[in-house]
Amino acid sequence: MNLAAIRAIYVFEMSRFFRTILQSLISPVLSTSLYFVVFGAAIGSRIDQVEGIPYGAFIVPGLIMLTVLTQATSNASFGIYFPKFIGTINEILSAPMSFLEITIGYVGAAATKALFIGLVILATSFFFVDLTILHPVWMAAFLVLTCVSFALLGFIIGIWAKNFEQLQLVPLLVITPLVFLGGSFYSITMLPPAWQTISYFNPVVYLVSGFRWSFFGQSDVAMGLSLAMILLFLALCLGVIWWIFRTGWRLRK
Amino acid sequence: MADPIVRIRDLVKRYDDGFEALKGVDLDIREGEILALLGPNGAGKTTLISAICGIAQPTGGTITVGGHDTVRDYRRARALIGLVPQEVTLEPFEQVARTVAFSRGLFGKPRDPALVERVLRSLSLGDKMRTKVVELSGGMKRRVLIAKALAHEPRVLFLDEPTAGVDVELRRGMWDVVAELKRQGVTIILTTHYIEEAEAIADRIAVINGGRILLVEETAALMARMGQKQMTIALADPMPALPERLAAYDLSLSQDGRSLTYTFDTRAERTGLTRLLSDLLATGARVADVTTRQSSLEEIFVGLTRQEEEAPA
Repeated sequence: MNLAAIRAIYVFEMSRFFRTILQSLISPVLSTSLYFVVFGAAIGSRIDQVEGIPYGAFIVPGLIMLTVLTQATSNASFGIYFPKFIGTINEILSAPMSFLEITIGYVGAAATKALFIGLVILATSFFFVDLTILHPVWMAAFLVLTCVSFALLGFIIGIWAKNFEQLQLVPLLVITPLVFLGGSFYSITMLPPAWQTISYFNPVVYLVSGFRWSFFGQSDVAMGLSLAMILLFLALCLGVIWWIFRTGWRLRK
Repeated sequence: MADPIVRIRDLVKRYDDGFEALKGVDLDIREGEILALLGPNGAGKTTLISAICGIAQPTGGTITVGGHDTVRDYRRARALIGLVPQEVTLEPFEQVARTVAFSRGLFGKPRDPALVERVLRSLSLGDKMRTKVVELSGGMKRRVLIAKALAHEPRVLFLDEPTAGVDVELRRGMWDVVAELKRQGVTIILTTHYIEEAEAIADRIAVINGGRILLVEETAALMARMGQKQMTIALADPMPALPERLAAYDLSLSQDGRSLTYTFDTRAERTGLTRLLSDLLATGARVADVTTRQSSLEEIFVGLTRQEEEAPA
């Protein structure tokens, strides 16, 4: 294992994060705070409770997931797309590194950034609502798994993208709708039965549900199923990345 | 002879669209030499380097570096190689010393700030260590690329057109750097289409065109073997046309009629020089000056690639 190389990529990527700390951190925190004001305070005051939980607290796990998903995806996709764009990817490809090491370096950094932002948002939310976390260890596990698996997805998108437009396309057209329709702001049980069935095809439903369970001990789908779905998604992304590096698809000439 | 540091056998690279960039390349590169890989644009120079360095996947054939197969034993093979790419590819907003340290890390070497500083100083970048890449001049960026390639102390260094679009002064500076690396025992392969460059610094020259190596030869031997000389005779009085008497010679008269150029082969048993001069004097012409010139590698090269094109496929 070329640990020095993993470290080099990780540190280099993290230094980009700290170089653009304002953009990296302030903007997601600011937009999440606005969600709290609009949905939690303004609209939420008209909604009493969802499944016995005050609405302001109910949306916290969903909001964190919303940001963490988009951040993990966009950080990882940009992280690998940028070297492709400026050509420094050739140095990575000519280094004595395996695909796993390259992936760990980039995905690890992107996941760390997303995790960091997620934790900051969680801390921010304590300012807005009364919150107790029932299963903190599971909460952390769900958060880390989500960061890693969506950073893997972002990594794939970054390799796939041929230009900046494509790089924005998937997060915009796929991830954002999935997250908004994934029960971030409502319980799936509030939907008509037909839409409930459709929702179960949305992977984000399982993420949000499992994550919400770790906060409040109740969820739309069983916690074990949520966990299984995340792990399945993770394995799927890993498989795709393994294939990409084996064939050199969109990487090697 | 010692084992070559880079051994390439029957290397084929076919792209998805069916284009064959390398059509069975065989090449041995000796440890410690400077080999110039010479060829026109699209000859396969960069593809060959990319295949050795692991950027392009070969379709067929084998490459070993330091005895290690570049596919099966890629870690050990690549650890020996440094690559200076043709395009300036650098993270723009990172500091110089950090991008160089990053390269060292990628190749699995422990952090060594002193070495990074030494490498940068040797490339006259000692005072730019904390400068962001984006603030450097074009020539400095190229030297940062070299520093990155040297950061892990490679034994084989590939320079892909290191002096393309670089001014004369900087080009000479680059040659000095290459000469110093050779003194340190680094094997250097550089691609170029500046023949002057290959002639000036290479121990051996490999000519590549159309995905094939046309020849590999000692620079001096190549020059001598294929060398043609030209003798230019400056005339004291302009000559209106070539006299009948000189028609048998491979002569050309300049437009102003003031000089004659005679091309001859130094390898030929008879160069015809003596006979030409006496015939010339017999026409009553007065000779003002005589100069001879060895044909440059450029002319040799053009001749070689033309032969290749004319040869049946």
